[in-house]
Amino acid sequence: MSDTATSPLANPLAARDHARAMAGTKVEAMPMLPPEADDLPEGVPADDLLWEETVAAGGYSSRRLPRGSRLRLIDLAGDACASLLIYNAEMPTERLNVADTVKVQWNAYLGEGKLLLSDMGRVLMSITDDSAGTHDAFCGTSNAATNEAKYGEGRNSGAYPNGRDRLLLGSSKHGLLRRDVHPCVNFFKGTTIEPDGTITPQIGPFEGGRQVVLRAEMDVIVVIANCPHVLDPRDTWSVSPLRLTAWRGATTALDDPIRLATPEGLRAFENVEDYYRR
Amino acid sequence: MTVDPGTEGLSGTIIHDELVPARAPWLHHVAKGQTLRIVDVEGNQAVDFLLYSAADDVERYSAQDTVSAQGNLFLRKGSVLRSNEGRPMATITGTSVDYHDTIGGACSCESNTLRYGHHTKAQHACVDNFLEANLTEGRGKRDMVPNINFFMNVPVEADGSLGIVDGISAPGLTVDLRAEMDIIVVVSNCPQINNPCNAFNPTPVRMIVSV
Repeated sequence: MSDTATSPLANPLAARDHARAMAGTKVEAMPMLPPEADDLPEGVPADDLLWEETVAAGGYSSRRLPRGSRLRLIDLAGDACASLLIYNAEMPTERLNVADTVKVQWNAYLGEGKLLLSDMGRVLMSITDDSAGTHDAFCGTSNAATNEAKYGEGRNSGAYPNGRDRLLLGSSKHGLLRRDVHPCVNFFKGTTIEPDGTITPQIGPFEGGRQVVLRAEMDVIVVIANCPHVLDPRDTWSVSPLRLTAWRGATTALDDPIRLATPEGLRAFENVEDYYRR
Repeated sequence: MTVDPGTEGLSGTIIHDELVPARAPWLHHVAKGQTLRIVDVEGNQAVDFLLYSAADDVERYSAQDTVSAQGNLFLRKGSVLRSNEGRPMATITGTSVDYHDTIGGACSCESNTLRYGHHTKAQHACVDNFLEANLTEGRGKRDMVPNINFFMNVPVEADGSLGIVDGISAPGLTVDLRAEMDIIVVVSNCPQINNPCNAFNPTPVRMIVSV
């Protein structure tokens, strides 16, 4: 506690002035309002920018995104791990289902052209671009127990936050509870599966600047945590910032190549189109 | 006296022994330390399986935490089934099958429309069994997570290709689970008839709890 007689912040107006003097401070990990980006893909008007934010190492963020919008994730320094949850924004009991995602597509490895499916037979988001190639639908994220075992602690309020607790906070900002936090997918940190079932992690660190672009096929809530992969073999808690950019876009056209790529995927799009037939 | 092959090797006293009909759900509370044996009575029957902590049913089975902790996708003898909080819920103490699946999830009316076509929408499915059983205790769709498929075979190829292939089970094969906490076991005796997981013919399974 400060000495009220001598502290320069001893009265409310001084405290106000002190707080207001912070305006305009720039740090590496923060949202930019209004959003601004000088590297939008060709043809995307600056007016369509929805979200520009850099998520800190160990941080999280969440946002509601409209159908058709694109979400670009950039692994700025090559050591980010984007653990992603997706909910149907108007009915969050519908959410990403990792088992259906790998089973329905007859393939376990995420990449360009793959769909992220809900538990209601619909496609929540599709992967339109991927320059990374190392992703993971199997391992989920760290929790308080795994971080405590590995790093000595894993609290939100500590130095080594865990992925599950970050996803819990991000989901709770949308009124969701512990029971809603479902299995996630990880972008930028990968796994491959050996014939005997052994999981081989691909942790890097990689070249900076790798990116993934997702297209929202429904109105969604995305929750993203940026914590070390649960199978990161390093003894030190290591992760680097993650940049998120989203912009408005057209609803997927009937002749879209990703929509038409497989019979299973086409039916997932047809189920989405049926859901929005109102 | 005739030997009951379903109880062979089980030590202790049997406190529950039930035949779950083909295509049906099953819910049962199993106390810490008790052993649940599942018998694939006629063979090639997938048993979709979820666990909830009896003390706090928001803590539930997590396939991702389970496979991460053991560094392997397949569930074998010795595998510890972990919760979404990373805690041991049950251990596979024995099984006469090489391995079991926990990446394929459960069939649902909705995913069946993707995998086979909308003509299968009205067929009974595991998620409906899980929901029916969970709803009796106040749990609903938000409580559904990817499950274990005992007696089901889902290999992953080098290029990531994956699929439910012909069963590796046979009549009378078993899996034994020791509860590491008080658990609620929720099972769907899989009614799927569009892939080889049940040899296209769902059959009964037997649930035996011993203490």
